[in-house]
Amino acid sequence: MNKVYACIDGLASTAGVIDWAAWSAQRLNTPLDLLHVLERIDRPLVTDFSGAIGLGAQEALLEELSVLDAQRAKVALEAGKRLMADARARATAAGVASVDVRLRHGELLDSVLEMEPDARLFVLGEHYRASGASRIHLDHHVERVIRSVKRPVLVATGVPFAPPTLFVIAFDGSPTSRTTVETVARSPMLKGLPVIVAMAGEDTAQAQRQLEEAWQTLATAGFEASMALLPGEPEDVLPAFVKARGASLLVMGAYGHSRIRQLIVGSTTTTLLRLSEVPVLILR
Amino acid sequence: MKTIYSSLRQDWFSNVRGDLLAGLVVALALIPEAIAFSIIAGVDPKVGLYASFSIAVIIAFTGGRPGMISAATGAMALVMVLLVKQHGLQYLLAATVLTGVLQIVAGLLKLGTLMRFVSRSVITGFVNALAILIFMAQLPELTNVSWVVYAMTAAGLVIIYGFPYITRAVPSPLVTIVVLTGVAMLLELDIRTVGDMGQLPDSLPIFLLPDVPLTLETLRIILPYAATMAVVGLLESMMTASIVDELTDTNSNKNRECVGQGVANIATGFIGGMAGCAMIGQSVINVKSGGRGRLSTLVAGLGLLVLIVFLGPWVKQIPMAALVAVMIMVSIGTFSWDSIRNLRKHPPSSSLVMMATVVITVATHDLAKGVFVGVLLSGIFFAHKVGQVLRIDRSLDAEGRLRTYSVVGQVFFASSEAFINSFDFREAVQKVRIDVSRAHFWDITAVGALDKVVLKFKREGAEVEVLGLDEASTTLMDRFALHDKPGAVEKRMH
Repeated sequence: MNKVYACIDGLASTAGVIDWAAWSAQRLNTPLDLLHVLERIDRPLVTDFSGAIGLGAQEALLEELSVLDAQRAKVALEAGKRLMADARARATAAGVASVDVRLRHGELLDSVLEMEPDARLFVLGEHYRASGASRIHLDHHVERVIRSVKRPVLVATGVPFAPPTLFVIAFDGSPTSRTTVETVARSPMLKGLPVIVAMAGEDTAQAQRQLEEAWQTLATAGFEASMALLPGEPEDVLPAFVKARGASLLVMGAYGHSRIRQLIVGSTTTTLLRLSEVPVLILR
Repeated sequence: MKTIYSSLRQDWFSNVRGDLLAGLVVALALIPEAIAFSIIAGVDPKVGLYASFSIAVIIAFTGGRPGMISAATGAMALVMVLLVKQHGLQYLLAATVLTGVLQIVAGLLKLGTLMRFVSRSVITGFVNALAILIFMAQLPELTNVSWVVYAMTAAGLVIIYGFPYITRAVPSPLVTIVVLTGVAMLLELDIRTVGDMGQLPDSLPIFLLPDVPLTLETLRIILPYAATMAVVGLLESMMTASIVDELTDTNSNKNRECVGQGVANIATGFIGGMAGCAMIGQSVINVKSGGRGRLSTLVAGLGLLVLIVFLGPWVKQIPMAALVAVMIMVSIGTFSWDSIRNLRKHPPSSSLVMMATVVITVATHDLAKGVFVGVLLSGIFFAHKVGQVLRIDRSLDAEGRLRTYSVVGQVFFASSEAFINSFDFREAVQKVRIDVSRAHFWDITAVGALDKVVLKFKREGAEVEVLGLDEASTTLMDRFALHDKPGAVEKRMH
């Protein structure tokens, strides 16, 4: 459990992923591993609707398909190598001492699960982000990784990286979110940065007390912490709050609700992840 | 949830366009085959057509290999010929249901993994035998007929193989059928048509129970056929799955496929269809046309049903010669022509296994028997080869009193004779040391052989010492591993 893994794919958010991963690796004082997975494209290249099979049809088809696959894979491999070389250069320039690269075949999730035992943090970017109102579906790669791994995951966005100056913890008083606060307090990653513990909901005595406790935890750990209690639903108010305060990172716990509830109403985590314009750090 | 969701997406909707088009090509190609296989089995064409629809649709959901096509097949049709001839259609339907039950049991017992004992040579033999049998089944249509039939069949083959040079956008077997049917109708040729072979579907299939007495006698009649069909169906399905795996470079779930085939056959029996399994030729056509997902199989099945229900009156007019041409193409496409070229390249034992599988299958018309002989032969050849991995070095000490034999390799039933023969019992020495620490004793024949060697030396008056028996006999321990102490084999021996 001693490495930061940056999962890069060469799309818009790649630069952000590398920068955030490099910054995290330096803060955590761990090596950085860049992971790029060459995924299979299942769309067939051969289309022959003649329906006729002649002498040695099976052998001929296998030959044809494997030659095409090989060509496609070679191109992907070459592109992957180039991507990795650029990424390594960027991470080294950002000041990370130990950068390793891994180029793998298969599915992103499989590789991530394989790496998990020695991972301290995964950084990945959204592969796909629709603009404006059509932002309904969270990229399934990101969601699958978040749901499957137990380690923290930082989801970078297309926003260019700048060293963070302020971060927000999404807090709801649940055991998960208390653990989140404790984890942040313990970790060297965000140490020394100003933090706002933000809670969405009714202004009740209980909410005040829970917020107070969270603040206390962070203050004891030496954080310059402040609190905010916002009326409304988390997914409505938090993204706007983060933006208004100019915070560079949103921290939250993952998937507190039951699976059934998630399936029917969707989870707050997924929604926040989708709506947040700044990178989100998700803790278990 | 994550895995179910993502595999659903992957299996069904990752290649919608390709699957739709390929499914239609397969649906068109399935019609002549389903009719031809019904005729091989000796039942009405509608039995094969309903079966192909039902199996393809159900396998789309239950199968373990997306993109593989299952329907009424020649391999299964060949098994059921006698049952239909002696007892009629209703017993075939009952046997079909029983076949499905047996296949589900096989799937639940995870027998799909047993496929690893079926060697490449046996698979090639199976495929070749199947091709030969499909071809032979066409011969009755080509004997004692007028020259018109030969001309039609030849024209059909020319269209099938020539048309793709003009365009690959339309299935050429379909063109053959349309052209030959048109010619036959225009010229009012007096040749046999599909309509002469029996009833065609005129409605959607309906649920019906096989009309057989539920007695032990019925079970006695159908069980042998059902068991053979279950084995043949699973064999061909597993083989086809491996072929599709190889072509698409993806994996399949063999045990799920066993259960899926079973479910499909049970349902098919209840709607009046014959048993079926995966089809090598159609699956190759599907992959070739760009089909990869479950959607292609579903479209093939549904497309087939729509076509036969709407085109029923026209299907009746198809001349048998057109079907024969299509089936000749299928048998040529199924046959592994590489295997003939490889006969001399491959080790003689592999070629012999392949040939034996073909010969036995063609002679008995039973694919299960052919595969059984093939598997048996490959086992024997393997044992023979491994039995040769045995070396015994000897050395004599300076005074010439101690003879040391060191045994390296595999000792078991096939090599125990060679093991005994490599000791020199005539030599008069005081002491014999047999070092077996680098040998494996696999069975009681091997232990018996060592016993015999020790005894023989003792009778010649030599003192015998066996070294490293514990290491050598660990392979024998599978049954005794839990309660036996080290050296137990030695104790049992003496």
